Amino acid sequence: MLKILKYSFYDLMRSRWSYVYFLFYLLLGFVLLFLNNDVNKAVITLMNIIIVLTPLIGTIFGVMYYYNSKEFTELLLAQPINRSKIFMGQYLGISISLTLSLVLGLGIPFVLYGLFKSTAIFNFSLLLVVGTFLNFIFVALSYNIALSTENKIKGFGYAILMWLFLAVVYDGIFLISLVMFNEYPLDKFSLVATMFNPIDLSRILILLKLDISALLGYTGAVFRKFFGTNLGMLLSMLILVFWVLIPIVRMNFKLRKKDF
Amino acid sequence: MKNNSLLFFLFFISFVQAKQIEVCESCSIKSIREALEIAENGDEVLIKTGLYKEHGLIVNKSVVLKGEKGAVIDGEEVGEIFTIEADNFTIRNLKIINVGSSYTVDYSAIKVVKAHDFIIEDCTFESVFFGILIEKSENGIIRNNKISSNRKSEASSGNGIHIWDGDNMEVYNNQLSGLRDGIYFEFVKNSIVYNNLSTNNLRYGLHFMFSNKNEYHHNEFRNNGAGVAVMFSKFISMHHNKFRLNWGSASYGLLLKEIYDAEIYNNLFEENTIGVNGEGCTRINYKNNTFLRNGWAIKIAGACYTNIFTNNDFMYNSLDLAYNSKVNDNKFENNYWSEYTGYDLDKNGIGDIPYRPVKLFSYIVNKTPEALVLLRSLFVDIINFSEKVSPVFTPDDLMDENPKMKRINDSI
Repeated sequence: MLKILKYSFYDLMRSRWSYVYFLFYLLLGFVLLFLNNDVNKAVITLMNIIIVLTPLIGTIFGVMYYYNSKEFTELLLAQPINRSKIFMGQYLGISISLTLSLVLGLGIPFVLYGLFKSTAIFNFSLLLVVGTFLNFIFVALSYNIALSTENKIKGFGYAILMWLFLAVVYDGIFLISLVMFNEYPLDKFSLVATMFNPIDLSRILILLKLDISALLGYTGAVFRKFFGTNLGMLLSMLILVFWVLIPIVRMNFKLRKKDF
Repeated sequence: MKNNSLLFFLFFISFVQAKQIEVCESCSIKSIREALEIAENGDEVLIKTGLYKEHGLIVNKSVVLKGEKGAVIDGEEVGEIFTIEADNFTIRNLKIINVGSSYTVDYSAIKVVKAHDFIIEDCTFESVFFGILIEKSENGIIRNNKISSNRKSEASSGNGIHIWDGDNMEVYNNQLSGLRDGIYFEFVKNSIVYNNLSTNNLRYGLHFMFSNKNEYHHNEFRNNGAGVAVMFSKFISMHHNKFRLNWGSASYGLLLKEIYDAEIYNNLFEENTIGVNGEGCTRINYKNNTFLRNGWAIKIAGACYTNIFTNNDFMYNSLDLAYNSKVNDNKFENNYWSEYTGYDLDKNGIGDIPYRPVKLFSYIVNKTPEALVLLRSLFVDIINFSEKVSPVFTPDDLMDENPKMKRINDSI
């Protein structure tokens, strides 16, 4: 598995897209910090970008890589190697290289602008941790989709649809149900509803640490009680881990039966 | 009045030689109580260094009560320390600690009843219930005092400087912390509060009730339950104050309730949950204020008429404005909005298209507070954008016709 991981990783590292992605984040970091020198404020702006863009890039990269390397994968499958090792190697290779682009791309400008001397270091690292989770989650989800769909175009379509659903449509449905059931106590509901969407969960996690915890009022109290404590933080991290593990388990399950 | 007191003073100097009474452990007079008994109008009582465990002291003569450095009066948490029922007195440089608490009686370090022309200055009050409590008095000066306490709940705490029924009072350069209300005015008129620092109070930094024609300026209110609450008052002028970090699920920088004819200018509202919360406010002019990084810059509830906002800076607030009723005749003109995305083709410093401060999302949040969970979600950005392009839900008459392109109040 390590060998395949290494191969996928180097393959991606050599490819142009990893560099583009890395340079994009690097540029973004520098521009943000150039426009306002305040590291704290830049972290808030960055959050908006990370929770939208990281899942999208993860999804597209995952699907793209699967379909592009399909022939090579089939060649590998002919060898006496465990199937799950091949795919897990590829999966980890993509996730790790994407995460590296994210962490280095954003880390370098922020460190240069004095992150270590600023109070934002904890928030910034939380942002990176959440970004990493989102990478792992969405690459796993897109791999699942790609494995289940033979047709390349359909696979792409489904993957983008999944991203669109989790990033936009889900919140829309959430909002509508909040407005519709206004008369009922909604705090527990909204707490549970955020759990079922990794993007929402990451957003709330960062928001509560950043600026608006007090703004949330009564609902906020419930949320703060849950996420604000170390236990809540641990629990939500655990849920994010589940969000990584469940697609991986399904992937392995699918692999065993799939006829290539 | 000043002339009167001067004459009074001269009268004493010429006829009765004012004497100084010293209180200390080795003096002939060992307690403050004794000193106050033998003192006559115009005398000076000097409390020398030492610890005095006394309470329930009554001052009914016009004396100067002065403490030496290191003189501490300890009330042992029993009850009131000084009750003053005299005019023309001065209290200077005393340190009073441990005033008793009660749920039925307002015990205080210094209680002033029906007095005029007095000064309380340079005193330190620690772990008090009420600090300075003034009733039915006028022409008082309260300055350079430090009042602090460490109360846990609103019910078991008192106010720092509490004035009930006063006229022409001056409160300045005081520091107040850990109390219920830093400064509380009820039925006080023609008074002025300035240069005070009010922090970490359980309820309000400064609180006005039924107090007309007052002014407060150059104060700083930080980390209080709410910065300042002005209620049921008319003709209040508030300027050059800083309302900062009043952050919590029910916190305000400035809470206005049933206020008429107020002037609010050159203030800074920074990182409050709600910068200004107004209910039933009429004829209020907001000018040159800066709203920086608040949750809501301004939240306006019902029955507000003729509030005019001009030349204010609204910068990086999560939500600029929340309205839950009709706009009435409130007006926004020439403000700077950091979220304004318009253009200025004729380069006159004023944006060519109007700015709408109420976004669709803040409209929804007003109806369904739980929806705030979705703040900064992509979906919310999308609906806000589409609403901006073609307003459907948000009131179309609520807008700033001439938004400024650059910050107005750079100095703050």
